[in-house]
Amino acid sequence: MVNVLFFAQLKELLGSSGMDLNLTTPCTVNDVKSALIEHNSAWATQLNQPTIMCAVNQTMVEGTHPVNNGDEVAFFPPVTGG
Amino acid sequence: MSTPSRHISVKVQTEDFDVAAEYAVMRENNTQDGAIVFFSGLVREMNQGQGVSGLYLEHYPAMTEKSLNGIVEQACERWPLSRVRLIHRVGQLHVSDQIVFVAVSSSHREAAFEACHFIMDFLKKRAPFWKKETTESGDRWVEALEKDQKALDKWENNEN
Repeated sequence: MVNVLFFAQLKELLGSSGMDLNLTTPCTVNDVKSALIEHNSAWATQLNQPTIMCAVNQTMVEGTHPVNNGDEVAFFPPVTGG
Repeated sequence: MSTPSRHISVKVQTEDFDVAAEYAVMRENNTQDGAIVFFSGLVREMNQGQGVSGLYLEHYPAMTEKSLNGIVEQACERWPLSRVRLIHRVGQLHVSDQIVFVAVSSSHREAAFEACHFIMDFLKKRAPFWKKETTESGDRWVEALEKDQKALDKWENNEN
C-alpha cells in the first residue's frame, strides 16, 4: 500500500487531501500518478500538469523515482514560501 | 566539514519571532565569528499587481523541517558557518507580519552574505510551503516565479 497526499491548490482542485492506494510495488512515481488517474479520471488534467512536483518519503524526486510498499508519496504545486 | 562548535536551529511555527532575541543568541559567547548576516521576509501589501490584506501559509508538516535542515546542511558544506538560525512561520499572517528569518555567522563576511542568500534561494524553491493570499477580489494561491528558479540555477551552476 502507498499513502498518497495532496497539498495546496492541487488539494483544492482535486477535492481530496489524499488516499491509500493498493499498488504492485516496486513501481515509480509516474505509476502512482497513472493509478490515481485510473481511480478518478477527472484528476487527469491536474495531475498531468508539468509543473506538479512530487516527494517520496518527504524528499523531492522526479517521476521515474521508485516507490515501494509503505511509502508516502506527495503531489503538490510549485512551492511559494519564504 | 562540520565543526564541533556549530550551532544550528530550524523552527517552523505559527508564533511571531523576535529578531533582537535571535541576534542575541547568534552573538552569545561567540568569540570566533566576525560576521553575522540575517534576512527577514515580510508580508507585502502589494503582490503580483493586487492589494493583499493577508495570507495563509500552508505546509507539509512531515517534510518541512526535514527539507529546511537539508538546505542548512548544504550551506554548511559550502561555507565555513558556525551558527545558523532559521525560522519559517505558517498559518494566518497579515500585512507587514514577519514570515521568515535566516541568520548565519562565520569568521568572515563573504561566507555569511553568500550562505544567507543561498539558504533563502533554496528555501523559495525546495521547502514545501504554499501561500494563499487574501486580496480585494478574493483568495488566490500565489504563483511560483521564474526568477526564483533562475536564482537557484545560479547556485547550482556554480557548484564544484
